[in-house]
Amino acid sequence: MHSIAAAPHIFWAVLFIVLPLLIVLFYAFTDKAGSFSIWNIVALGDYMPIFLTSIELAVIATFICLVIGYPLAYAIARSKPEHQKIFILMLMLPMWTNLLIRTYSIMALLDDGGFVNSVLMKLFGTDEPVLHIIGTKGAVIFGMVYDFLPYMVLPIYTCVSKIDKHMWEAASDLGCSPVKVMTKVILPLSSSGIISGVTMVLVPCISTFYISQKLGGGTFELIGDTIERQFLNGARNIGAAISLVMMILILISLAIMNKFTDADGEDGGIIV
Amino acid sequence: MRKYAWRIYMAIIFAILYIPILTLIVFSFNDSASTADFTGFSLDWYRELFSSAETFTALRNTLILAVLSSLISTVIGTAAAEGIYKMKNKLVRKSVISVTNIPMMNPEIVTGMSMMLFFVAVAGFLRVEYETIGFWAMLIAHVTFCLPYVILSVLPRINELGDSLSEAALDLGCTPLQAFFKVKLPNIMPGVISGMTMAFTLSLDDFVISYFVGSSNFQTLPLLIYSMTKKKVTPDMYALSTLIVFAVFVLLVISNMKKDKNSPKRHGGRKR
Repeated sequence: MHSIAAAPHIFWAVLFIVLPLLIVLFYAFTDKAGSFSIWNIVALGDYMPIFLTSIELAVIATFICLVIGYPLAYAIARSKPEHQKIFILMLMLPMWTNLLIRTYSIMALLDDGGFVNSVLMKLFGTDEPVLHIIGTKGAVIFGMVYDFLPYMVLPIYTCVSKIDKHMWEAASDLGCSPVKVMTKVILPLSSSGIISGVTMVLVPCISTFYISQKLGGGTFELIGDTIERQFLNGARNIGAAISLVMMILILISLAIMNKFTDADGEDGGIIV
Repeated sequence: MRKYAWRIYMAIIFAILYIPILTLIVFSFNDSASTADFTGFSLDWYRELFSSAETFTALRNTLILAVLSSLISTVIGTAAAEGIYKMKNKLVRKSVISVTNIPMMNPEIVTGMSMMLFFVAVAGFLRVEYETIGFWAMLIAHVTFCLPYVILSVLPRINELGDSLSEAALDLGCTPLQAFFKVKLPNIMPGVISGMTMAFTLSLDDFVISYFVGSSNFQTLPLLIYSMTKKKVTPDMYALSTLIVFAVFVLLVISNMKKDKNSPKRHGGRKR
């Protein structure tokens, strides 16, 4: 076979990946009548606070995922091989369950009329909901962490479990304290896992709209919500402009993060 | 002591991951519409779910879409991987791979929106209603976001296999096509199968891209769930979710048992 085998795919990619993105570019730089305009881009200034909130929440959620997820991945990688299989399966079940269901299940649990509140109300003997969780930023962050934690854990686990067991022994034989073994040997060796994990959590967190709609209770907007709302209202040009900026921001940060891994882009980026 | 600390840590994280889903499952068997008080066991919500034609149409649509898009993306993607492998020019090769990876790197909302704008333009060009091309738009969108995952799971296998086997086949009188189908393909089959499985699951699970590209006359299960959570939720959505979680569980267990047999240690993949 010849490199011509890639032709259908290249045709497909140009038609259905590149062309649609060019259309986004076109919409971002035109007005409703279709003539050139930079006003969509200029108007983006108004959306600055939303951009900042989205980035803030996504970064916090990613950081929490990393802090919770790394020890979990490490613990799984160091448990018995037959247990590892079960733990990974237990991580993948929520991961392969639809995002809407996972997000909704949190809402069902924590809502003012949800299970937790109904138990607490009985416990305290009041008729008022005890915990107001839904509708706060905390709830949205919790939702993001809950939904995307497995995406952080799996790549780190894959990385840590590949580290030669003798590394630990060698490092401690050579005089490293357990803390030093961790910081000088294990963490650097698992950095590519950390970077894939961070990407896999950060990108969906920044662009989510379902989580903030459900768990944010409509009290504040993230960038994904804004894009969705603009399109529902038929304001495609401004929606396209916002998407364009978000895409560029994300692609730049991915490029920067990829600089830290040795992957050549062929099998890097995704962790199997 | 230390060992127990790790165990407790893992137990807590897994408990947090599972409590919301378990609550959902429990309340799907509730005999009242309450999602906070469990008043008694019943299968009413399942009965209601199965009595709605909407559920079955959505299920059928989802399966048709997943089967078609995984088959198409596997054929195009496997050919593409072979073609990319044969590319001699490094720059061409790198740019093809980068374009291929765009739908994987880009936030789903941007991919979905760019495709929607594209298909709106196509419908305008053909002078038809968006609904008429609704199914095709959905199919093309699903194939497009599945392709990078297929290519990324086949390409490493082809790289690993190298050229010697197919060269031997050619020397022994095979045509290039025969050499590919009789010698190479059987050897890269595990990669092809895992790519196809991943494409199938991604298509089943996709909400964001379908939400933008989809039209009212072609509803899938994730879209149905979304519309169910938009209204005041009754536990029939819980029943549907429970069934989906159960199906995911069964699929995971089956695929893991298979993995045990023909071993190489691979886990899931990047999922959005």
